[in-house]
Amino acid sequence: MSIYLDHAATTPMVAAAKRALADQMDKLGNPSSLHMYGRATRKDVEESREAIARAVACRPSEVIFTGSGTEANNTALKGLHWLRANEKRNLVVISEIEHHAIFDPAQWLADYEKAEVIKLPVLASGEIDLAFLRKLVTERGNEITVISVMHSNNETGTIQPVAEIVKIASGAQIPVHCDAVQSFGKVPLSFKDLGVTALTISAHKIGGPMGIGALILQHGLEIPALIHGGGQEREIRSGTLNTPSIAAFAAAASDAASAQAERASFVSKLREQFIAGAKAAIPDLIVNGSGEQLPGIINLTFPGTESDTLLLLFDAAGVACSTGSACSAGVHEPSHVLMAMGHSQVSAQSSLRFSLSYLNSESDVAEVIALFPSVISRARAANL
Amino acid sequence: MKVIAAMSGGVDSAVAAARAVAEGHEVIGVHLALSSNPQKYRSGARGCCTVEDSHDARRAADVIGIPFYIWDMAEEFHEGVVENFISEYAAGRTPNPCLRCNEKIKFAAVLDRARAMGFDGVVTGHYARTRESSIGKTLHRAIDNSKDQSYVLSVLTVEQIQGAIFPLGDTHKVDIRKEAAERGLFVANKPDSHDICFVPSGDNAGWLRDRLGSEVGPIVDQSGKTLGEHRGAYTYTIGQRKGLGLTVPSEDGSPRFVLKIEPKSNTVVVGAREELAVNYIQGENPVWCGPAATSQETRGYVQIRAHGEALACTYSYRDNFLDVNLDAPLFGLATGQAAVIYDDDRVVGSATICLTR
Repeated sequence: MSIYLDHAATTPMVAAAKRALADQMDKLGNPSSLHMYGRATRKDVEESREAIARAVACRPSEVIFTGSGTEANNTALKGLHWLRANEKRNLVVISEIEHHAIFDPAQWLADYEKAEVIKLPVLASGEIDLAFLRKLVTERGNEITVISVMHSNNETGTIQPVAEIVKIASGAQIPVHCDAVQSFGKVPLSFKDLGVTALTISAHKIGGPMGIGALILQHGLEIPALIHGGGQEREIRSGTLNTPSIAAFAAAASDAASAQAERASFVSKLREQFIAGAKAAIPDLIVNGSGEQLPGIINLTFPGTESDTLLLLFDAAGVACSTGSACSAGVHEPSHVLMAMGHSQVSAQSSLRFSLSYLNSESDVAEVIALFPSVISRARAANL
Repeated sequence: MKVIAAMSGGVDSAVAAARAVAEGHEVIGVHLALSSNPQKYRSGARGCCTVEDSHDARRAADVIGIPFYIWDMAEEFHEGVVENFISEYAAGRTPNPCLRCNEKIKFAAVLDRARAMGFDGVVTGHYARTRESSIGKTLHRAIDNSKDQSYVLSVLTVEQIQGAIFPLGDTHKVDIRKEAAERGLFVANKPDSHDICFVPSGDNAGWLRDRLGSEVGPIVDQSGKTLGEHRGAYTYTIGQRKGLGLTVPSEDGSPRFVLKIEPKSNTVVVGAREELAVNYIQGENPVWCGPAATSQETRGYVQIRAHGEALACTYSYRDNFLDVNLDAPLFGLATGQAAVIYDDDRVVGSATICLTR
């Protein structure tokens, strides 16, 4: 058996992206060069930019290519903070459930720029506590440099009320950044409609290559750069443009956009089938995250187990899933997301993330669910 | 068999895992993360669970072609090994943490977990052998005497030995390094680890002082006369001669040795070498690696240090105590160490030394 249920970590490249990548590798020319070779690859970059702009409903000039979603997050959070920070305004607001690609730059701002960082708590559903944010903005809105909240959570799939957050922030003219890496291509995502100042997307979560992402940044807003040396991307990001990956990113984005609704409805059905089967097999399991959800992410807590053990047993049976949280020295730590949702350290460490895609089938789900009783009972025995 | 190979990131466990695969076992490599706050890099021969070591273990598993995982055993290790190490020293005894690690972690927590998950045993890179005989699966010394680790494995019960696989016991270390190079394992030339893995500085006394304080106390002779001062009685070892810092010479000018550590009064007692002579050892909490010893006086060998000599003795077991009478006296023996009984090269069992005279 070989069933891949870790699509939120990365997913296979789509045919169009592979083709675009291979085609570009046969081409010569730095898109910043002025001669015909440069012009040819520049044309490909700009067409790719336009394709991505269409997929996320922004202006092409608002797309800044980066080396990863992580880089885009760093650029946005630090850049927006640096742009607005002064003696009176030095407060960075993120949420308790952000990915480490926001957590860590926020911590860096605290450590090296003496910023104050407040993490918005979440409700048991996994959604940001909007009441907390409202109060914070009312009381300290003029101290906040930036608010960054993810579009959907990578561990639980819970979609966040970003439009509401923007509404609260805009009253105090606070820019909002949104890490939309997990949502892009999976659910409708419109930069224009959300009204955020900045948005992060990444290629490899939607069938593009690894090592390419983009920051969508409001037209006309110039933030200090992280990386200097040529200013290729709006003076905000330097470095020779990675034309092959950019072209492949655009191909994947177009592919994802064209089939988004159809795939989302198919994957949602798989998710329902998975959760129903899992509950029938293991009646005391807990499904983490509620409210509006991404179609493909399922986060389950299996009381009396350890996720390391579960992962090994599933892996040995040919099923790839994830403990869904960061590793420190290879040792998996209890998920800060589940802890923020009210889990104890022990129950957080009894949880697994299964992430499905349109590439999975009903029989994949059935085969995996069939393994549940033996895997869970062995994991429980190993935990005594 | 389906087995877990414990991979430290060193050459021995890498070759052991490779040999287990070559013997036809279905092997999964596991690196035990024993420190919740690991150091990034290895410094020389010290420490054994740095981030770099876990990376080395992973790369070895890649080369061998087996799945690899990291198991977090930091809590179990801290409770079972580190805390025991500290409390034993605090009580004036000299513990052996490697032995405790085998007893509590590698062949207990890991083996139990492996068995519950459907594996048959645990492979390690220890230098020791097992053999099937009329009395079951028994534990024996490795053929490389200088590397033999049967001493620190003497805490394994019959059931644990049943699940233990030691692929290196029939080979000399130098050949293991050669084999590692031939197998393309880049850890072939990695230095052996020495010392205590959770004391990366190698300064055991300093490490203990940080945890137990360095309360000054007297160094006295056997009559109770104060000769000097120490900074923490537990940083001394029975039989220790150097580093006492005594300025008053003994009456006959002969060197003085640590005879006794009294944790309650925080006193170190020193005296002449003859006073260290031990002819009788009593051990408590015995573990038998095969049939238990009986009250019948039996001829055999006892070893009291990891790489110490095997000393001829007569032993017996009665009223929960192991009694060992040595043929020739031994000098400098601390309580808390393990007395391991051998029948030729077979490990009979071990007990913690609680009394000597």
